[in-house]
Amino acid sequence: MELIIAIFIGLMFSCGVYLILRRSIVKVILGIFVLSNAANLIIFLAGGITKSEVAFIPDGEQTLDPTLINDPVAQVLVIKSIVIGLGIAAYILALKYRYFEVTGTHDLDSLKNTDQR
Amino acid sequence: MGNILLLLIGLLFLVGVLVPFIYPVLKKRTGVVLSVLPLVIFIVLLLELLSIGSRESIILDSTWGFLSGMEFSYRLDGLSIIFGLLISGIGFLILLFSSYYMAKYDRQPHFYTYLTLFMGAMTGLVFADNLFVLFVFWELTSVASFFLIGFDHHLEKSRQASLQALLITAFGGLCLLFAIILTGNITGTYRISELINLSIHLGNHPHYYLVLSLVLLAAITKSAQFPFHFWLPGAMQAPTPISAYLHSATMVNAGVFLLLRLYPVIGGTMAWKYLLILTGGITMFLGAFLSMGQRDLKRILAFTTISALGTMVLLIGIDTPNSIKAAIVFFIVHGLYKGGLFMIAGIIDKSTGSRDIYKLNGLFRGIPVTAIAALLAVISMAGLPPMLGFVGKELVYEAQIQAPGISWIVLPLGVGANILMVAVSITVFYELFVFNKSKPVTEFKYHERQFPVTFLAGAVLLAILGLGLGMSPRFLENILSNALYYIQGHSMEIKLRLWHGFNQVLMLSIFTILCGVAIFIFRKPVNRVISAFINWLDRYHLPTLFTSVINYYIYLASKNTRRIQHGYHRFYLLTFFVVTIALISLQQFRITEVILPESGFSPVKWHVALLLFIASLSVIFAVFARTRLSAILAMGVIGYGIGMLYLFYGAVDLAITQFLVETIIMIVFVMVIYYLPRFAILSSKASRVRDGIISIAVGAFVTLIVLKAQLIKPDSRVSDFFVENSYTLAHGKNIINTILIDFRSLDTLGEMIVITMAAAGVFSLFRFQIQRLKKKEEEASHVERFEKQGDD
Repeated sequence: MELIIAIFIGLMFSCGVYLILRRSIVKVILGIFVLSNAANLIIFLAGGITKSEVAFIPDGEQTLDPTLINDPVAQVLVIKSIVIGLGIAAYILALKYRYFEVTGTHDLDSLKNTDQR
Repeated sequence: MGNILLLLIGLLFLVGVLVPFIYPVLKKRTGVVLSVLPLVIFIVLLLELLSIGSRESIILDSTWGFLSGMEFSYRLDGLSIIFGLLISGIGFLILLFSSYYMAKYDRQPHFYTYLTLFMGAMTGLVFADNLFVLFVFWELTSVASFFLIGFDHHLEKSRQASLQALLITAFGGLCLLFAIILTGNITGTYRISELINLSIHLGNHPHYYLVLSLVLLAAITKSAQFPFHFWLPGAMQAPTPISAYLHSATMVNAGVFLLLRLYPVIGGTMAWKYLLILTGGITMFLGAFLSMGQRDLKRILAFTTISALGTMVLLIGIDTPNSIKAAIVFFIVHGLYKGGLFMIAGIIDKSTGSRDIYKLNGLFRGIPVTAIAALLAVISMAGLPPMLGFVGKELVYEAQIQAPGISWIVLPLGVGANILMVAVSITVFYELFVFNKSKPVTEFKYHERQFPVTFLAGAVLLAILGLGLGMSPRFLENILSNALYYIQGHSMEIKLRLWHGFNQVLMLSIFTILCGVAIFIFRKPVNRVISAFINWLDRYHLPTLFTSVINYYIYLASKNTRRIQHGYHRFYLLTFFVVTIALISLQQFRITEVILPESGFSPVKWHVALLLFIASLSVIFAVFARTRLSAILAMGVIGYGIGMLYLFYGAVDLAITQFLVETIIMIVFVMVIYYLPRFAILSSKASRVRDGIISIAVGAFVTLIVLKAQLIKPDSRVSDFFVENSYTLAHGKNIINTILIDFRSLDTLGEMIVITMAAAGVFSLFRFQIQRLKKKEEEASHVERFEKQGDD
């Protein structure tokens, strides 16, 4: 299963990289979304996918045997990554929106100069 | 006594910084009031000079410093007292002189600030006992002189000259710093007095030649030696008081000082001798030769300064007790007459408005006192009795005759340079002050009696001092023998006399004067020859060459910057990806044996595999999607697919978050989609293929890394702690939840701050709604245009 997921991650990376290398700005945004999802998956996979118990302590018990669940720290990291991904997504969308509004172009190559004209 | 000196140097810096606040109160009197400070320093040093023994040095320790090992300790010995006396004494006269000369200039507070700081830096430089402190002051003189030379910064010439001076001297400064660090590493101390007292000499160290060449570079750039001499005539762009100060006692003489100061540590070897004799000899002759062909009085003086500095460097290179003595005496001689002559040039400039010696005529009428001072100074420059210049020149000849093994080349060069000096001296005085019927009569703007005493005092006092010291040079004997003791390490009795009796040296002097007079008489043909030579030389004009080297450097740098910083966003990324892949593949090919974990993979769950297959199809679809909306929908499928994957592997919280976030992004995206441009294929087919290859490579390598990462089993102690204590310590049954908000709550706080910042960013980007409305029309036309272009 790890092999299949690893190949899937590779595919997502390929597509993401291809997208952010485009000149069209919307494609670059899509590329960033794809890459951030793929990166989350890497962290998730690093936590292990061998066990399928949910990281809940059953009712009436004090602890859970750590060997029953996948590494919870990896899951916590992914949660944070997803949320920060949301922040990035919102910010990039707003930025590109403004960028398009101000410059009137969606071609990144015409954004070479820092000087305002 | 010494502590007062320390205080006074500090005071110079303090007052220098405060000048802009003092100036509104004192106005025109600022220069005169400021001049009290160098006068006090001069008097203190004079008392030291009278009281110091011939084998005594005073070291003032100071525990205060910027860094440990860089204490501001000071050293008073013969050498530093002589330099200090000239710096403070001439500085005092320059300040008096400036108070009238600069009266019509704007930005006077700036001028006095720079000048006072420069004075402080120069004084600090000669008294510093720590090599790093010496370096700091050395650099300060470069910086201060940059501002002084470029004082008329509205003139392009001025700016160019000051930049040139700064670049050259700062280059020397860097060499000096490197040399100091090397010296410190080799000897283990940065203190000059320790280096002298322990008589450490680097001559046999393997790094000696490196240290030597660095120190020599520092000295010859600062002292305007060939081939770096060209910045000094350029520095003539400075107002005259500054030129007078730079030339006579400060700045250019710092190089000579450095050579004398470091002589005990690195001096006296064969390399030292020959290198110094070579540069000094060339500079000495070239300076004197070029001074003949000039018309501007200040330029003439600048070239004679170059010649004089060359003489000093040559004398240090000859390296006999007599030659070192001659170098120091010559420094005093030169300081006195050159300071005076520059001030005279300033007086002439003020009273007639010109400095061209071939246009000025019969100035004796208007400025008689100045003329007499000029006569004395010129006699000293020519090396005639009874001025100190004669004593100096006799010593120089003596040293050159005695130069071991090389006097056959040194002596003719020295005599030749001196003949030219005599000729220049006579020419300058004759053209300026003697009435000549064939030239137009000079109109005076001001006569001498209209000038204040302070304006004339400098030139007159320096001339009188030159005369007085020439009559009784014995006054200098004690301090000279002290200086020599600390330079060459053995004491010798020094006798300075104006009259030596008839000997070889005197015959040479008479020969020099006769030749000088002869050149003066035939000055027209000689001038023609020299002018032709200068014209020929101008083809290889060094300042222009220097400028073009600098310009080419800038051109090259900007070209390279443009190559690296080209501004194409995607090529930056491209570079990043290619380099990363290359490095990873290097690493991967080195250790490539096992990729699969020994325990094998977990069993394939076919429903998850199907899910991933669908997600893969949507990713590929997103890449090749023709419209924005379909691409975004494909993104949604990917996001939800990954959320499902999390769910299948028991990560419930992840799945919920992923679904939520994905939904928000979808909604936001769909909301703004009509404000975003449509898809268009902008890049060429070739670049699409190239990007495709690179992205496939990136994907392949990421897959490899992910598989490799499976081999690593991380230490699970931290995770186990969280799992075991989730309920007992944090009282929560959802382990993920307790980690987020209990165990690692500070991290979560940080995350919240990030989100808040993003929200603030979004808010500020959308804030200017008015602007947007105004641009609405414009934008509409853009969208229209893209509609036509795009292949949506």
